[in-house]
Amino acid sequence: MPTLRDIRKRLKAIQSTKKITAAMKMVAAAKLRKVQDRMLNFRPYASRMQMVLSDLAKVSERESHPLLFLRPRKTVEVLVVTSDKGLCGAFNTNILRMASNYISTLKKDGIEVSYNVVGRKARDYFRRRNVPMRKQWIGLSGRITYTHAQEIAKDIIENYVNETFDEVVIIYNEFKSLISQKVTSLKLLPLGSIEDEGGEREPALTADFLYEPSRAVIFERLLPKYVEIQIYRALLESSAAEEASRMTAMENATKNCSELIKKVTLLANKVRQASITKDLMDIVGGVEALKE
Amino acid sequence: MEKEGKLKLEVVTPYGLILSENVDEVTCSGSEGEFGVLPGHVPFFTTLKIGMLSYKKGTTTKYVFVNWGYAEVGPERVTVLADSAEKSEDIDVERAKAAMKRAEERLRKMEEFDFARATASLERAVTRIQIAEKFR
Repeated sequence: MPTLRDIRKRLKAIQSTKKITAAMKMVAAAKLRKVQDRMLNFRPYASRMQMVLSDLAKVSERESHPLLFLRPRKTVEVLVVTSDKGLCGAFNTNILRMASNYISTLKKDGIEVSYNVVGRKARDYFRRRNVPMRKQWIGLSGRITYTHAQEIAKDIIENYVNETFDEVVIIYNEFKSLISQKVTSLKLLPLGSIEDEGGEREPALTADFLYEPSRAVIFERLLPKYVEIQIYRALLESSAAEEASRMTAMENATKNCSELIKKVTLLANKVRQASITKDLMDIVGGVEALKE
Repeated sequence: MEKEGKLKLEVVTPYGLILSENVDEVTCSGSEGEFGVLPGHVPFFTTLKIGMLSYKKGTTTKYVFVNWGYAEVGPERVTVLADSAEKSEDIDVERAKAAMKRAEERLRKMEEFDFARATASLERAVTRIQIAEKFR
């Protein structure tokens, strides 16, 4: 039987935990809003770049650029995007499970895997399993800039061109809504068909453009941009998903705390009453004994 | 000049739309050299280098720092997609000066493995400072 003091201590602890989780929820909400703003700001750039690239792709030859060239898959690089911090529900677990599944199917087919990880959680996960990682990017989440995406893209492109690996797949959490994230895998390289995300445009305007330098050179210079855009988007999606996931996790934690507080308060009252009853019994007993 | 002859200038970066204005004339530093655009320009597409974009609106001229990217020119519009861009009044001169110092130091010591990167950042810093000073 715990003493009343023990129970009160526990109650205090739960109450302060509740305060923390509630605050964390608010912080996550604010951060989420920031990331969403960023996504919104990025959209015009991405859609325009994609528009131009898909136009250029139509008139360029498929095998003209190493990033488009299809090679037999011998080594596949997996870029796993997780968070640096925990306390965000199943966010990291989901993505790491998906990544592991994907990697084991690759290995079954006799394909080698090269690891490229974003976020402390993925690094720790693979390190615990003694998996050597080709590259790790730590400390990005929460303050992602386009420059980060550029660095990652540059590294990947260089190694891809040097044939360190023949395909790049990025696995990340997509932000669906506040309450749902979807683990998504996306083939980054070789570039498949470049999708045109539409938007307003004048038809067949690019056909009679003057290109300076040549169209092929421009295409070549802009292609890496496409990889950058995909990576940046994945990073943004992932950090939005992370904050959303943290929000729900913290809300649940706060709820659980409230429940626990109710339960423990009840217990504390019971114990208090029990001890009062016991004391009364003692006194009454003593009085009765004196009477005789 | 007629009103509808005006050029729609847009500068877009991954961080958002920097500029969207109707202007009379645009001058840009393309990878193959500087070029000017007046309304009714031939459809034209070029990559840009680190440099300055200036545009005229009536009698005032304004400057924008543009870091890489490309420009798409049509008869009535100029669209610039850049890695980053800043209006001259938004340039952080202190930061640019610090960046310049850093880059120079690295180049002087020759310990920089990534020579191209150091020169690029030096160029960016110098261009930023030049543009910012022009505005004053």
